[in-house]
Amino acid sequence: MSDLLKVSSSPHVRAKDDTSRIMLYVILALMPTYVFGVINFGLRALLLVGVCIISCVLSEFLFEKAVGKKSTVGDLSAVVTGLLLALNLPHTLPIWQAVIGSVFAIVVVKMLFGGLGQNFMNPALGGRVFLLISFATTMTNFEFDGVAGPTPLAALKTGETVNTLDMLIGRTGGTIGETSALCILVGAIFLILVGVIDLVIPGVYIVSFAIFIILFGGHGFDTGYLVAHLCGGGLMLGAFFMATDYVTSPITPLGKVIFGICLGVLTGLFRIFGNSAEGVSYAIIFSNLLVPLIERVTVPRAFGVVKEKKVREVKANE
Amino acid sequence: MNRNIERLYNGLWKENPTFVLMLGMCPTLAVTTSAINGIGMGLSTTVVLVLSNMMISALRNLIPDRVRMPAFIVVVASFVTMVQFLMQGFLPTLYEALGIYIPLIVVNCIILGRAESYASKNPVIPSMFDGIGMGLGFTVGLTFIGVVREILGAGSAFNVAIPALDNYHIALFGLAPGAFIVLGFLVAVMNVIRRKMEEKGKPLPAVQGCLAGDCAGCSLSTACTGKSLTHHVDELPPVNPAEVAKPTANEMEVKQTANAKNSEDVEKSGSDSSYADDDIVGKEDK
Repeated sequence: MSDLLKVSSSPHVRAKDDTSRIMLYVILALMPTYVFGVINFGLRALLLVGVCIISCVLSEFLFEKAVGKKSTVGDLSAVVTGLLLALNLPHTLPIWQAVIGSVFAIVVVKMLFGGLGQNFMNPALGGRVFLLISFATTMTNFEFDGVAGPTPLAALKTGETVNTLDMLIGRTGGTIGETSALCILVGAIFLILVGVIDLVIPGVYIVSFAIFIILFGGHGFDTGYLVAHLCGGGLMLGAFFMATDYVTSPITPLGKVIFGICLGVLTGLFRIFGNSAEGVSYAIIFSNLLVPLIERVTVPRAFGVVKEKKVREVKANE
Repeated sequence: MNRNIERLYNGLWKENPTFVLMLGMCPTLAVTTSAINGIGMGLSTTVVLVLSNMMISALRNLIPDRVRMPAFIVVVASFVTMVQFLMQGFLPTLYEALGIYIPLIVVNCIILGRAESYASKNPVIPSMFDGIGMGLGFTVGLTFIGVVREILGAGSAFNVAIPALDNYHIALFGLAPGAFIVLGFLVAVMNVIRRKMEEKGKPLPAVQGCLAGDCAGCSLSTACTGKSLTHHVDELPPVNPAEVAKPTANEMEVKQTANAKNSEDVEKSGSDSSYADDDIVGKEDK
């Protein structure tokens, strides 16, 4: 009886999702990529991932201890940052550099701006770009099967042909987590099915990037070239796991589309017209910085609000 | 506190141009790739600052108020040219390293700021100490940033390699983003120290003047007529700016204001804008 008449204020329906649960899904979705990376590059990759995760979690814990804040290590976001950062590193990177990158990602990019939800760019990518600028040699030293060689994208840039099937499966050189488009897609489909990410940003990103390549790539509608560009480098990993970061992507529907186009065009620009073969990290970071502006101009109209009519400007000669 | 020592303290700590006033950011961020560069830039700025402060202070009654900016620039530029030639002759490596930032000392806002807000209203000796204090504050700031960036970015300090850091160079700190990051961290450290000092019951004297800061950092400083609100107001009774602007105000009060040497000065500085208006009207009539 009393239960029947109980009146409480809203919200009446609560989802079970919370930050740590979503982060757990992301970690699960990254598992195929991670396992493949370890198979592909050996135990050194396993070690590097461990180091990144531990130093990310530890630096978040210590920073919050130092400034007297409540510890947020339990939300697993630092684990995701560490994992994503490690997947974006070549497996030959010296350990101390990985540690510095992790500390930079957590302390400078994330915690100094107020922690999870306040960071202005993706922490993992911030850490990666920091490492890329600081240690250009070790960060672009890609070994595969014990042989140092160019990544498929670098080979593509110099005009060589690449084996697209190898690139799809991931039997190529590159960073630990970027090589296998197939494994990333498996994780991405899982994330879409459990509703953690939606397809808008990655979809628009990849489609606009493909259009850019067809228009400006210099190869026309060459399927092999296109597939190589789509599977090569960090595009898949970036599109599904880093461009979709809740904190640093727009929440408005139109904003997501603009954000995706921005990413696609920038990545294409960097890859085709830039000096380096890869440009996904810079494209995502740059677009992250545009998110507040994008959101400001794409605020949707509230239901029932009549759109204000623009006052026509009277021209002087009329 | 002795006025001259107070000036030194003010420049080095209370209103440190780098960490508190955030003035002269362009050389601060650009040349501090090494400690030696930081010291070199800081000291050459100090030399120019001290000399120009003294010169402007000595000429303060001769320079008409309405052309003071060009006059200051001429004085500063002369000293900068001298410093530039001396450095080119005797310190060619440092000259090469600092490059364009030597001639750019002319437009360094610390120097113009001190000329405008202090030297043009105060006697020569305090102006000299003000220049020394501000210049050393700038030097210390630049050297700190330079040392940190050099250790992290190049694994050396004052051009002496640190063997332990031989293989541990972080190139980012030698580049522009590193300068911003190091500056941010040093300002944060400085703020923590200040807060600790305040908690210990040694509150720093509040910065006086309009708004929260010094006239030098104020965008209204050229148009502002409340010029009595300089930093050493503690020596003076509070003066109502409106009264200062009028030459008819109490003779004693006018004498006490920092900038007003005589009633003529007050009249000029108090009615800048009306003069300008008259000029425009006159031109239109013609």
